[in-house]
Amino acid sequence: METDRRSLLSTLGKGLAAAATMTVVSTPAMARARKTIASDAVGLLYDSTKCVGCQTCTVACKKANNLPADTTGFGGGLYDAPLSLNERTKSVIQLYKDDQQHAFVKKQCMHCVDPACVGACMLGAMHKGKFGVVEWDPSTCVGCRYCQMACPFNVAKFEWTKALPKIVKCELCKDRLAEGKQPACAEVCPRGAVISGKYTDLLAEAHQRLEQNPDGYVQKVYGEKDLGGTQVLYLSNVEFEKLGFRFSNDKPVPELQQTVQHGVYKGFAAPVALYALLGAVMFRNRRKNGSEKED
Amino acid sequence: MDQAKPAGGPILTTYYKILLGFSAVGIVLIIWRFLAGLGATTALSDGYPWGLWIAFDVVTGTAFACGGYAMALVVYIFNKGKYHPLIRPAILTSALGYSVAGFSVMIDIGRPWTAWKLPIFVNRWNLNSALLEVALCIMAYCVVLYIELLPAFLEKARDSKIEKLRNVATKLLPIFDKALIFIVALGMLLPTMHQSSLGTLMLLTGPRLHALWNTPLVPFLFLITAFTMGYAIVVFESTFSSLALGRKVEFRILKPVQKIAAWGSLAFVIIRVGDVIFRGQIGLMFVFDTQGTMFWIENVLFVIPVLLLLSGTHNLGMLFRQAIVAAIAGAVYRFDTFLVAFNPDSGWHYFPSVPELFTTLGLVAIEIAIYAAVVKTFPILSGISAAPSHAR
Repeated sequence: METDRRSLLSTLGKGLAAAATMTVVSTPAMARARKTIASDAVGLLYDSTKCVGCQTCTVACKKANNLPADTTGFGGGLYDAPLSLNERTKSVIQLYKDDQQHAFVKKQCMHCVDPACVGACMLGAMHKGKFGVVEWDPSTCVGCRYCQMACPFNVAKFEWTKALPKIVKCELCKDRLAEGKQPACAEVCPRGAVISGKYTDLLAEAHQRLEQNPDGYVQKVYGEKDLGGTQVLYLSNVEFEKLGFRFSNDKPVPELQQTVQHGVYKGFAAPVALYALLGAVMFRNRRKNGSEKED
Repeated sequence: MDQAKPAGGPILTTYYKILLGFSAVGIVLIIWRFLAGLGATTALSDGYPWGLWIAFDVVTGTAFACGGYAMALVVYIFNKGKYHPLIRPAILTSALGYSVAGFSVMIDIGRPWTAWKLPIFVNRWNLNSALLEVALCIMAYCVVLYIELLPAFLEKARDSKIEKLRNVATKLLPIFDKALIFIVALGMLLPTMHQSSLGTLMLLTGPRLHALWNTPLVPFLFLITAFTMGYAIVVFESTFSSLALGRKVEFRILKPVQKIAAWGSLAFVIIRVGDVIFRGQIGLMFVFDTQGTMFWIENVLFVIPVLLLLSGTHNLGMLFRQAIVAAIAGAVYRFDTFLVAFNPDSGWHYFPSVPELFTTLGLVAIEIAIYAAVVKTFPILSGISAAPSHAR
């Protein structure tokens, strides 16, 4: 009986070691290719130095998207004054302020080149649509909120107060884009702080502004490379981290997870092989046990 | 080999009525959640969209329900027939545990009326989504578990007074016996897939997941805990039901099972700490913030079962304690991966609300109530000494 136990433990140990080696070895080797921006990609360029925080874009966004007023900001008063993105707000202007400097920052979906929410979504309710817009399709959304868990910008919101909830996020006014119009926020901005257009044009414009006014900006276009790139680009004279952009490496968020996932599964061959192996071992065991009984 | 028999005894005991009380509270809260939305009964937020129901009911609960999976490996793959008496109660616990998890998911998801599309809309499947794999695997595994459990009900039907039922059962049982290999193989493959993928899930939170937990080895670590927790629960459950139902103690076969749980837990710590060092994150182990502290608590918990094992005391109480610590260690690790290690941004906090807690308690109460009723009525447990005369 003692040997029985020993062999059981050692066999288990060997199995574990083999599985560990497989995971470690396969992970870096299978690193997936980086995604590139869609050729028809449309985006926004927000220039914090031009923004005066008038919230005209916030109002226009609410109107264009039929979003209810958010009066919670001032303790339930009369003002529709959202403090952050939430289930009633797809775009908002926030303020950063310290002793020396202040800057406004617009928050809405970043329309990532390689969105984590899209990688998360089980039935592709969250998906990249026309113009590279990250769209949400209610018909296939089960409300699991994995998109929220995945989004590094905390953009996707959920209607917590509704019995029949939806996911709420900026879709770059996709219906207006289809009609050849601009997203509502860009159309109404009185200062040109947020403009919309082809991604390539916006990126060129951003770099031109950096060149023309090297002292007026942090010398970086946020979103050009960050987290694999976003279709919404930012310029600012305050460090981007202070504006709430916590992450600025060029690694797309889904990269590691998908590398591991596909490394383990390798086109579903591994599970099929494992099933065959398990079945074969059990079949052999049964025959062995059967012949022992007959003896 | 011991034949499984109904444990017998009265079902509606005082303890049972308490369980039913908790179940009723849970059901009322679930109805409330569906009428008023998730915000009404939970502390969930846009920062912490996953809370207790996912981290405990699903991620931890299904690992507690890995007893069937873990024992099947021993009995069917390593062909250790003497552990066979542990299989059936483990399968029952697994079936109920996974059912609770599935049920919790249906309460947790905001738009459950679209959930039927998951297994049907094959052309929409996002094969990058670890959650899709987890969801489909868990659905399939629930079906597999109930098929594995069916012989217990058929054996009961074979002894039925109704002739037709008796005939059907007598005909079906040999077919099941033959087909069982293919079902059991599936019952081993599916948990291997989704128990590891449960870990992969959190890799998608990317930079918002604390570096001590954020490792490509996470699926493997989750798989180890599925086994350690599975074996520990088998030991826990057997010792507990031997006390509660006055059954003969299976010390002889439980001890090796707990031994695997204990050494497996130690292996976990070695791999875990080795991985942290390998990734150059060792410094974070000595930052005693919430995450750093929890990391230590987890690993100490994982080491305790082996220390107890080596302490030299060999009795049922010691086995019971080892099993509980091994189960809790895995539970804390999994819980931490989903809640403590996840930092959405400053300004977000989560602690489960009272209704949220009581919903989980209610579901667990329902699970235990069904377990107790089934083992008393159907041939699940082996080694019955006698039906206890005292009502519990």
